[in-house]
Parts: sequence; structure tokens; C-alpha cells
Amino acid sequence: MPSSACSKFLIQNKMETEKDKSKTRRDFFKASALVATGLALNAVVMKPGRAAAEIERATAAKIPDPDVQYGFAIDLDKCIGCGNCAKACKIENDVPQEPFYFRTWVEQYVVKCDETMKIESPNGGIDGLKQSVSKEGIEKSFFVPKMCNHCAKSPCEQVCPVGATFRSPDGVVLIDKEYCIGCGYCVQSCPYGCRYISPITHTVDKCTMCYHRLKKGLQPACVEACPTGARMQGNLRDKDGPLVKFIKEHNCRVLKPHLNTAPKLFYNSLSEKVI
Amino acid sequence: MDPNYQHLYDALSKVEGYIYPNEIGLNWGILIVLYPYITGLVAGAFILASLNRVFKVKALRPIYEISLLTSFSFLCVATMPLIAHLGQPLRFYEMMITPHLTSAMAIFAFVYLWYLMAVLLLEIWFDYRKDMVIWSGEKKGVLRLIYKVLTLGVYDTSPKSVAVDERLGYIITVVGIPSAFLLHGYVGFIFGSLKANPWWSSVIMPVVFLFSAMVSGIALVLFIYMIISWIRKQKLDMKCLDSIGKFLFYILIFDFVLELLDTVHRVYTAEESFDIISILMTKLFFTLTIGQLLLGTFIPLLVLGYFQFSKPKDAIRKASYFIISILVLGGIFCMRWNVVIGGQLFSKSFMGFTTYKARLLGAEGLLSSIVIMIIPCLILAALLWLLPPWKKKNMEAY
Repeated sequence: MPSSACSKFLIQNKMETEKDKSKTRRDFFKASALVATGLALNAVVMKPGRAAAEIERATAAKIPDPDVQYGFAIDLDKCIGCGNCAKACKIENDVPQEPFYFRTWVEQYVVKCDETMKIESPNGGIDGLKQSVSKEGIEKSFFVPKMCNHCAKSPCEQVCPVGATFRSPDGVVLIDKEYCIGCGYCVQSCPYGCRYISPITHTVDKCTMCYHRLKKGLQPACVEACPTGARMQGNLRDKDGPLVKFIKEHNCRVLKPHLNTAPKLFYNSLSEKVI
Repeated sequence: MDPNYQHLYDALSKVEGYIYPNEIGLNWGILIVLYPYITGLVAGAFILASLNRVFKVKALRPIYEISLLTSFSFLCVATMPLIAHLGQPLRFYEMMITPHLTSAMAIFAFVYLWYLMAVLLLEIWFDYRKDMVIWSGEKKGVLRLIYKVLTLGVYDTSPKSVAVDERLGYIITVVGIPSAFLLHGYVGFIFGSLKANPWWSSVIMPVVFLFSAMVSGIALVLFIYMIISWIRKQKLDMKCLDSIGKFLFYILIFDFVLELLDTVHRVYTAEESFDIISILMTKLFFTLTIGQLLLGTFIPLLVLGYFQFSKPKDAIRKASYFIISILVLGGIFCMRWNVVIGGQLFSKSFMGFTTYKARLLGAEGLLSSIVIMIIPCLILAALLWLLPPWKKKNMEAY
């Protein structure tokens, strides 16, 4: 017998013997299924705290508080573009001082006589906004403070892959920083540009309506710092409260209503030109 | 000034018009360009393999295993750019343990795992099991042990058992085709479902992604097949090359028509975002007009179209296919770039633009991107050494 044929014969012979000893394919799949089930169970059992927190959070978001739904209103007629709100926010919430990170900022709109428009917000308006267009060329000019809209149908909450962005029972969109993976998907989904990845925590950050202050019965920092009382925070369920009264009396509007995000931030005297 | 913010100050000085202050730095950089690019290569290469296995395109037999192994090699690194770009990369597993079910990104992790574990790994295993049993008998030392481990203890090589392998492999490929569609269609959905961004928000985005994935996967296998044959000093199978060229041509036409439809729709409806998008398209001149359209689509379409009617000499066709594969791969990379980077260059205020300059170093830098693209090539080289398709029992003719 030639040597190659001989070795093949030997291999075949050996394989036949091993075949008897070895597991069948059925056994193999049985074992694999067992291992997979074990791993799945392990994932659930090993994380009871996290899973429970998730359920609690999901339930909280689905069952909103019937008596309290926080909202916000800004009276643009009163805003003077001083930027105190943005400054106070940065201090209160440890927002980095660099001009790339803002929980709230103020925009200055100038509609020129030639019907073109100029929008500016140098350093988010923190240093106070000054007019850069000559008086003769201006048809009208106004300030628009911006912040998280705490949407009732928030796209950021929808897209968060781990549920780190969630809605509190009283309607404030919040972020669990211990849980956020910093993927930035919510940043992309926010139509209002209100989110950023913090260079300090490497997780997402945005306005929380100063939830930590609200829970102590205090006003948000920006509301407190506003010298003209242009900013109002309150309960949208309190039909006789000052916030609801203001929104109704001034026929307030929201930003980008066509996107159907149901913002809870309302503006008085909001021009159609505001983006 | 803190040097960590230098690139943001540079971008700030180049802002045009008005953008929201949080939009100066791009959140998704070159790594997120790689993510749809790599998953596209995976899906495309697998679909090419299934053309042979399920749709019985015999001319593609020589590249069947190469396509599968290529697909697997790239799938191994598909999540690397995603994880590397995370602010908290060590928390990535949260996405799988406590996924948020309304998030397209969370569901992708499961689609990915399904594709890796239930489709590609199983299919390669069924394809190679008999050969691994034989090789475990022929080889010695560590290699013998590796093959033995890879057989997972199933040593049965009887014709009946091999027939079962074949049948199960076939079933998995059939399941694999919609899975490949799902994998890459889903990547398209991740972008297409964001209503805040009009450049991304499109109902046909998943379909465009799918066809561009097939185009890039086919071009990659064409490229790899030619390189492997050159390294092995083997003659290229011209029937196979022509067949790949034919499929590339038809799918490239579909891909181009879909993108054209999207553009025509945008121009004709001229919605609110149209003005900013038309300016964006001029800003993307090099990657869109030159890279994606001229080099990545028109030239390959012209050459491949010509080959459908006339067959120049083999040497000319070989050289053309090689160049076309590179052009198409570059074109699809540009397409991913235009989607991911282009979609973040304009403000959601629709009133201005920021700029993006990829950094050389750092987790989100060019170097790490190059490394991520080299790793699958190394995995493929190792797999081809361990599981050489040309040494399979039924592949001796090749």
C-alpha cells in the first residue's frame, strides 16, 4: 500500500473509532442550548438591582403624576439679552466654561430692512449680547433664550439605547449619568441642539430644569437670576397657576411644532422666524 | 487654552452663519463613518456568498468560502468603532443587558449577535466541519489541537453526516439572506429614523444602505480574491470575475437609481431644509461629486456596462476589475462619510455650518481608524491560513 493511501486508511480507521466515542451533533446542540440558557439566566439573575431600577423607571415614565407636570415659559418681551440665566446655569450645574457647552443660551435675532436675518449667540450670550448691525439697517431685533424643551414625546428618550434618558413622573426629562454610555445618539436626535457630551463625565448633559432645586422647593437657577422675570417655571396641571395663566393669556407657542415632540417650553411673542 | 479644546476653538473660528452653540464639535466622527462601512462590507460579502449557495450561480463557486470568511472577519470588528467612540466604553454591555426597546441602536446589538452567532459562525462551521476533522488527523502538534477544538467534538464524517451538514448549511444561508438585509437595513434605519436631521431622515435610507452595502461587499470580495490569487500565484477564474462584475454592475445601477430618487424627491419637494441641504452638497464636493459620484459610481458603471456588451482581452478586464473594486470601495466610503459627517456639518437651525477635521491621534483619530480597518485583514489572513478554501476536499479544482 503506498504511504499516502496508508496514512489516509489509518486516519479513517482512527476517525471511525473516535466517532463511537465522540458526542453526536444532537448532543452538541443540546449542550450549546444549555450553555446559552445559562448565560441568559445569568444576565438576568446577576443584575437584579439594575433590572429593578429599569422597571421602576419605565413605570414612572408611563404613569405620570396626575397632579404635577412641570413646564416652562419665557416672555420674550421681557428678555433683555443680559445672559445672566446662562451664566447662573453654568455655575449652578458645573457646566464647562468653554463656549461649546450650554444647558441654556440666549440668541439675538436681527431682521434687517432688506428682509435678511442675522442670528448670533457669542459664548451663548453669557457676556451680554450687543448689537452688531448698524441701527439704520435693522427692522426689528429681539432675544430668544433656549434650553431643553422637556418634550412629552421626547426623541432623545426614545433613542437612548440603555434608557439612561428618562422622564420623571412630574414630566422632567433627566439623565442617569451613572448609566449613560455616551453614545451621542440622543444628541443627534434632539432637534433643538440642547444636548452635549460633557468633557468631564464623558456622558450626555443638558438642562434638568434644576430638578435638584425644584425638589427643595426652589426655583431653577436661570429663573432666579433673570433680572426682568422673563423666565417662569411652574406646574402645567395647575389650571389656576401663574404658568398656565400666562401661557393662555399670551397665546404662547412652542418651537418646531411640526416635529410633534410636544415641548413643555412655551414662548410669548415668538416670531415665525425663530428656529 | 486647554489643548483638549483646541480643535473646537479652531472649528468655532470657521463657523459659517448661525449654529446652536452645542453643535460646534461633531459628536460622531470618523469611527462612526467606519461603522456602517464595515457592517456594509459584512452584509455585501455574505450576500455574494449566498448567490452561489442559494441561487446556484455556479460561476461564483471559487469565491464562496472567501466571501464567507471575509464577511466573518469584518463582522468581528464591526462593533469596535462603535465601542471605541463611546464616552463610557466600559458600559457598552448595558446595551445588551438592559436594552431600551424603543431605541434602534439597542436593537442593533441583537441583530448583530444573531448574525454573528446564528448565521456566520454556524455556516462556516458546517462548511468546514468535515475538512477540519480530516485536517485534525493530518496535522500535528498545536494545529491538530486547534482543528480538534474547532470541530467541537463532532468527528462524524460519514456521507450521511456530511449531507446533514450541507442541508443545515443551506438552511442557514437561506435564513442568512434576510438576516444580512436586516443587519444593514437596520444600520440605515438608525440614521433614517432621526426626524431631527433632514439629511438622514428618509424612508428609503435603509434600502439605500442595503444596496450600497451589497455594492461595497461585492467590490471587497473581488479585490480580496484578486489579491489572494496573486499571492498564491494562481490563475484568476475569468468566468468568476465576469460574473462578479455583472452583479456589481446591476446592483450599482439599483444603488445609483435609489440615491437619485432620494435626490430628485428632495429637489422637487424642496422642503424647509432644502436650502441648507443644497449648500451642504456643494460643500461636500470632493467626497460627494468626485469620490462618491464620479469615481465611485459613474466610472465603474461605464466600464462594467461596457464589459456587458464587449469582452476585451483578459488582461485588460483583470486590471479594470481590480481598479473598479478599489474605486467602488472608495466611493462607498465617501458615501458613508457624506451621510455621517455631512449630516452633522449643518446646524439643526438650518442657518449655518460647522467644520470637521479628523484628528490623527486619540480614540477617535485617523490612526485608530486605520488600525480598525487593518485588524479584519489580519483576521482574514489568519482564517485563510487556518481554513484554506483551496485545500477543501470539494475545492481541489480551484
